[in-house]
Amino acid sequence: MQRAKGISVIYLSLLLALILMVMPMPAMVKLFRPDWALLVLLYWVLALPFRANIGTAFVVGFLVDVLVGTVLGVNALAFSVVAFVMAANHQKIRNFSILQQSLLVGLLLALYHLLIFWLSHFLTGVYFLPDYLWPVLTGTLVWPWLFWLLRRVRRQFKVR
Amino acid sequence: MNPIFERGPSLRLRLFFALLLSIGLMLIDRYTDSSTQLRSYLTAAVSPLFYVASLPQVILTGASEQFMSHQRLLAENDQLRERLLRQSGNLQRLEFLQQENNKLRELLGSAPVTEGQRLVAEVLAVYSHPFSHQIVLNKGSNDGVTEFQPIIDELGILGQVVSVGPTSSRALLITDTTHAISLRIERTGVAVIAEGLGQWDRIRLVHLPHSIDIQDGDRLVTSGLDGRFPEGYPVARVNRIQRDVSQPFLQVQAEPYAQLDRIRYVLLLWPQTELDQQGDSD
Repeated sequence: MQRAKGISVIYLSLLLALILMVMPMPAMVKLFRPDWALLVLLYWVLALPFRANIGTAFVVGFLVDVLVGTVLGVNALAFSVVAFVMAANHQKIRNFSILQQSLLVGLLLALYHLLIFWLSHFLTGVYFLPDYLWPVLTGTLVWPWLFWLLRRVRRQFKVR
Repeated sequence: MNPIFERGPSLRLRLFFALLLSIGLMLIDRYTDSSTQLRSYLTAAVSPLFYVASLPQVILTGASEQFMSHQRLLAENDQLRERLLRQSGNLQRLEFLQQENNKLRELLGSAPVTEGQRLVAEVLAVYSHPFSHQIVLNKGSNDGVTEFQPIIDELGILGQVVSVGPTSSRALLITDTTHAISLRIERTGVAVIAEGLGQWDRIRLVHLPHSIDIQDGDRLVTSGLDGRFPEGYPVARVNRIQRDVSQPFLQVQAEPYAQLDRIRYVLLLWPQTELDQQGDSD
């Protein structure tokens, strides 16, 4: 019972993040929109790697593909790889200070965008613009607040 | 402490399966045609998310309209009425011209161009991922929307529908990197092809010889040669020409007339009737 409730909290937060990713906004704001789904996923992988790991990452990435309209599988692959890095090192990363954690998340976000660009370039021939990297910066800045918020949620609902 | 992965395969094995699966998906989606159908189902499945995501915007615009002052509403009403009057005046002339055009076409022995059906759709989401310029519309196969249907707004061509669900559909914009459209330079009548660049404010004309007659500010309209977009709709204005003879082709960029990053309402066109008739006459 308790476990089922915990899992539903995880899925609900991921669903909210997906909605945030497709919410209509002015183009200027969109340019800086953090990758909410990936950030929320990274938190759950860090906090509860036995609940949310590569399988969850794949499903969420696939949903992002469908919502965003990229070639199916591009985001699924990038999400899986990033979640793998996080899950494999979760015990180390948990002990980092929040500043170190943010920087590390920034690196992971950069890896994610690199993978997405590389695959898209290979599949559809897109061109690189430095503007594509703004979400890395905003994601890094958002991480401490998101971490704090989701930890409160996790403790409130006793997700384990 | 809970030991991780006490059950099930190891982390690396999971990653391996995820990679295999996603690479398979990519290849299927990119290199086979079956994915259009698959995408339509998926679009249908996730369309509730788009409705939920656009709720705040709907509520906000609703609220701002509620609190709009009476005077401003009246002013806007006046403005719209004036515009309507002006445009219906133009329309009368258009009808006359169209009749005349059809008569002339009959004299020439070519099929008359008929206006297809139209439908207004609201934009649920503009997805501005740099690698995919797409919009989601609130009309789907229940309203008769079909794939590859052109969409326009009051300024010009926006793009075409690529996947359809029952209540929503997804359209590719002309600025998407995977989109190309056949155009004609209005001044000279030369047919050109324009590709998207993944940027909102420009498209690129490809394979233009250096000798071509093209100028800054030339209007580009649809040529109808691609069989998808009806002929004669404005698309873009040429705004950058680089004459570099070391390059095999002339580098030309154009700015779309439609403001693709702030679309709210679009018009769906049904050009099929026109194409069928042209096909019959051949």
